Amino acid sequence: MITTEGLINFGINVVIITIKIAIVLGVTLLHVAYATYFERKVIGHMQVRLGPMRVGPHGLLQPIADGVKLFFKEDVIPENADKVVFYLAPVIFMAAAMVNLSVIPFSYNFVIADINIGLLFVFAIAGLGVYGIFISGWASNSKYAFIGGLRSSAQVISYEIAMGLSLVGVMIMAGSLNLTDIVIAQQNSIFGIFAIPQIVAFVVFVIAAIAETNRTPFDLPEAESELVAGYFVEYSSFRFALFFLGEYIAMFIMSSLGAICFLGGWTLPWYITRVLPFLSYVPPVFWFLIKVYFFIFFYYWIRATVPRYRYDQLMAIGWKILIPVALANIVITGLVKIIL
Amino acid sequence: MDQVEKILETRELNVNMGPQHPATHGVLRLVLDLDGEVVVNVTPYIGYLHRGIEKLGESLSYFQALPLTDRMDYVSAMSNNIGYVVAVEKLFGIEAPERAKFIRTMVGEMSRISNHLLWLATHALDIGAMTVFLYCFREREWILELFEKICGARLTVTYPRIGGVRNDVSQEFLDSLYKFTEEFPSRILEYETLIDQNRIWLKRTVGIGVISAEEAVSWGLTGPTLRGSGVPYDVRKHAPYDAYDRVEFDVPVGSEGDTYDRYRCRMLEMRQSNNIIRQCIEKLPAGPIMAEAPKLVLPPKDKMMAVTHPDQKHAFFIDEKVCKGCGMCLRACPAKAIFGEKKKPHKIKQEFCLGCMNCYVTCKFKALKIIPGGRGLGDEQLAELAKQPIPEEITKATELLAEHFAYVKRGPRVPEGDLYVATEVPKGELGFYFVSDGSGKPYRMRVRAPSFVHAQVLPRLCIGHLVADVIANIGTIDIVLGECDR
Amino acid sequence: MAVVARRISLYPAGIDPKEIAEKIKERFPEEVVEVTEFRDQISVIVKRGKILHICRYLHDDPYMLMDHLQDLSAVDWRGKKDPRFEVIYNLYSIRFRHKIRLKAQVPEDNPRISSVVPIWAGANWHERECFDMFGITFTGHPDLRRILLPEDWEGHPLRKDYPVEGPGPEKEWHGFVEVLSKAKELKPFEWEE
Repeated sequence: MITTEGLINFGINVVIITIKIAIVLGVTLLHVAYATYFERKVIGHMQVRLGPMRVGPHGLLQPIADGVKLFFKEDVIPENADKVVFYLAPVIFMAAAMVNLSVIPFSYNFVIADINIGLLFVFAIAGLGVYGIFISGWASNSKYAFIGGLRSSAQVISYEIAMGLSLVGVMIMAGSLNLTDIVIAQQNSIFGIFAIPQIVAFVVFVIAAIAETNRTPFDLPEAESELVAGYFVEYSSFRFALFFLGEYIAMFIMSSLGAICFLGGWTLPWYITRVLPFLSYVPPVFWFLIKVYFFIFFYYWIRATVPRYRYDQLMAIGWKILIPVALANIVITGLVKIIL
Repeated sequence: MDQVEKILETRELNVNMGPQHPATHGVLRLVLDLDGEVVVNVTPYIGYLHRGIEKLGESLSYFQALPLTDRMDYVSAMSNNIGYVVAVEKLFGIEAPERAKFIRTMVGEMSRISNHLLWLATHALDIGAMTVFLYCFREREWILELFEKICGARLTVTYPRIGGVRNDVSQEFLDSLYKFTEEFPSRILEYETLIDQNRIWLKRTVGIGVISAEEAVSWGLTGPTLRGSGVPYDVRKHAPYDAYDRVEFDVPVGSEGDTYDRYRCRMLEMRQSNNIIRQCIEKLPAGPIMAEAPKLVLPPKDKMMAVTHPDQKHAFFIDEKVCKGCGMCLRACPAKAIFGEKKKPHKIKQEFCLGCMNCYVTCKFKALKIIPGGRGLGDEQLAELAKQPIPEEITKATELLAEHFAYVKRGPRVPEGDLYVATEVPKGELGFYFVSDGSGKPYRMRVRAPSFVHAQVLPRLCIGHLVADVIANIGTIDIVLGECDR
Repeated sequence: MAVVARRISLYPAGIDPKEIAEKIKERFPEEVVEVTEFRDQISVIVKRGKILHICRYLHDDPYMLMDHLQDLSAVDWRGKKDPRFEVIYNLYSIRFRHKIRLKAQVPEDNPRISSVVPIWAGANWHERECFDMFGITFTGHPDLRRILLPEDWEGHPLRKDYPVEGPGPEKEWHGFVEVLSKAKELKPFEWEE
C-alpha cells in the first residue's frame, strides 16, 4: 500500500542518494584528475626532475589541460575494427569501475548503498571490468591489442582468486561481508586494524591489488616496451580517456578496499586515540582519505622503483605463491577463530 | 572430423614489431611468429636507415668523409670519428702527436661512458625500470655538455681530425672533466642500488639470451657483448691504438654469456673508462695537437685564418696581362662580383666583393693579386697598389689556403694499397677497410659496423623464449640502427 | 654471474702473417695467385674454387685458429683488374693475435663463390650484404636475400658502374614513387609550388 508518508520518505531518500552520488562522482573525478598530477609529481621528484611545471603554478592546471586536450583530439577508429564492440569496450570498463564506488563507505553512514554483500559485490563488478579490457583487445583488430587483452584477462582472473582468498581471512574475523561492519569490527578488535593479525593476507592483498589494476611491476597488458600500449593501443581521444579514468578509479577502489579491510577505514585504532585524544575530533573521512592516499602513493613508489615482471613469472607468482599462501592463511585464521 | 580439426586448427600469431616501435632502438623491424607468448621464429629486417655511406665515401675525399662517420653510430659519434681517423692515419702512414693521442683516448672513453649510459637507460626502460633511465640521462647530459665545451657540438662532434684533433683542450675543460670523474663512480652505485640486486631485474636478465663463448666468436660478436660470454677480446689490448698502451685498465669479462653478465660487463667497463679518463688527464703531455705532415693533414687554421679571414678587408685585383679569361673565378665567386667575357680578362666589382678568396684559390694562372687592406678602394688605386710586392706572411697564408682547398676538395696523394684497421668502439669492434688507388678519394671504403654483426644474432638469442625476452635481447646486444644500416 | 674486471694476459703474438701466407701457398699451391703487403698487412689473393677449404684450414688448424671473421666484403675492380670482383676476408685469431687477409677473385660473367657460413655463422649477413651490393652469389648460403635494400631493387649499388646519385628520377624505385604520390594526395598543400 502506498501511503503519502511512504512516498515522501521515498522522495527524500532519492534526493539524498542523488546528492551522495553527485558528491562521490564529483570528488572521484576530481581525484582522478589530480591523481595523475600527483603521480607525475611524485615520480618526477623520485627521478630527479620536476614533473609538470608549466600549466599554472607548479603545473596545477595540467590535469585540466590534459582533459581538454583529450576532448578535442581526433577520435581515430581503425578501419577494420568491430565498431559496435569497439565503442562499447571503454564504457564497460569505466562503468565497472564506477559502480564499485557505490558500496565504498567513506565515513560512518556515508555510503551510497550499504549492502550486506559489499565485498562480494566489489569482486563481482571488478571482474566485469575484464570484459571491457578483453573486448577492447578483440575489437581493435590489432595483434598488439589482442595480446594485451589476452594477457590482461588471464592476469586479472588469476589475481582475483588470490585477492579474494586473502580477504576471506578478514571476512572470518569480521564475521560479515558488509564493508561498514568490517570497519566497525576492526574498531572493536584488540588490534584496532586487521593488518596486524592478518599481515600475511595484507601482503597478498597489496600484491594482488597491484596486479589487478595492471600497475607496475605487473603492467604486462600494457607493457610499453613490447606491446606499445597493450589493449588500448588503437584508442584515441576521449575513448582513451575513459580507459585512463577507469584505471585510476580502479586504483582508487583497490586502495579504498585495502584501507577499509586492513587499515580500519575511517577509524583510528583505540590505542592511538587513547594516547592522542585530540585526534578523535578530526573528521573521520580525513583518516579514510589519508589511508587511501598512502596506498596510492605506494603504487607510485613501486612504479618508480622496480622493473617489470615477465608474463610467465607473473603467473607463477600468482598461482604458486600468492594463492597457496592465502589458502594457508584462511586455514590458520579459521583454526584460531574456532579455538578462541 | 576433418572439419572440426580445420575449425580448431591452431596457427602461429604473426606479429610485426617495428620499424616504429618504442623498444627496437631505432628502425629495426622484427617479424615474430608467436605460439602464445613463446617466440617460434624471428626474422630481422634492416635497411630502413640505409644511406649508402660506403658508396658516398668513395665519392668524397678522405677529409670530407669524416662527418659521415658521426652519422653511423650517433650515440657514440666520437668513437666512430676516432675509428675513422686512426684508420686513415695508418693508411697515410702518419702519426698523431702525443698530446692529440691522449686527448683522443680521453674523449673516446667519454664517448664510451655516454654510450653505455644510454644503453643502460634504454635497456632498463625496456625491462620496465623507469627511474634508471632518468638517472642515466642526468650523467649523459653532463658528458654531452663537456663535449660541447671542447668542440661546440653535443652529438655529431667531428672533433678528431686526420693527424690530430680539431681544438686543444683548455685547463678549464680538464678541471670540469676531472670533477666528473670524481663524481661518476658514486653515480654508478646509484644505478646499481636500483637494479643490480633487484629480484625482478635478476629474473629478467639471468639466463636470458645465453650464448656460449665459441658460438659468440663464431657469430662475430665483439665488445662487451662478446666479453659477457667470457672471451677476453678487446681491440684496445690486442692491437693498441692512440694512447691505450700507455694507460692502465682492466677488461671486464663475464662467464655465463647471459644478459646479466653483459650488463655487469658494461657497468664495470664504465668504471674502467672513468679510470682511463683520469689517467689521460694526469698524463696529458704538452705539445702540438696536429701532426706535421704537409699535404697529408689540414694546414694549421690559426696561421691561415689570421691573414685570410674575410674580416681582414683584403681586396683582389685581376692582372689583365696574366688573365686568360677562363671563367673559373667567375664561377667560383659566391657574390657574383666578377664579370667579363670568355677569353678576355675579367674584372672585379669591388663593392660586391666579400673577401672570401674563392677566386684567388681557383685561379690556375695566378692572375689575381691580393691587396691587404684594399677593400673599398677604386680600380686605379688598386692597380697602383698591385705593383708593390706582397708581404711574405700573406703569400704564405694564401699558399696554405690553397693547400687547404685542394686537400678538402681533391684529397691528398695516398700510396696505393689496402688495409683493415679495427678500433674498439663502445659497441664492439669498428673496422674500416680502405682500398686506395693512389688518388685523394678511397677506391673502396668498407665499414665493419658492430651493430650490423650483432643484429644478426637476434634470432639465435630469441627463438624459444618469450616475447618479453625479445626486448631484453635487443637491449643486451646494444645496437644502433644508424650504424647497422650505414 | 661472476663478472670480473681482469687484466687480459695476452698470448705472445702468433705467427708472422708472411709465414701464414707461405703456409697457405704450401698447402694450396694451385690456388694462391699473389701475396701483397701494405703497411705490415699481408693479403693473399686466391682463386675462388677452394676458398671454403682454405678458410676451413685457417679456422681449424691448431697453429692458425682464425676463429674471428673480422670482416667480409668485396671490391669492384671494374676496368682495372680482371677478374672484376674480389671478395675480401679479414681473419683474426683471438688466441694468437695474428691476422691475414684473403682475397678471392670472382669473375664478372659468373659471380659465384662458396659461402663460408658453415665455418663462421657471423658471415651470414656479410654475405647477404655482398650479394645485395655487388650481386655476388654465395652458394650454400642458408638465406641469400637482399638485406639493406628492398627485395625488388634493381641493380647493385656498390658496383662502380652504379651512379652515386641513384638510378635517376625516371627509374625511381616503385615503393618510393607510391609513397610520394600518396603524400601528395593526402597533403596537397605541402606540395604546391
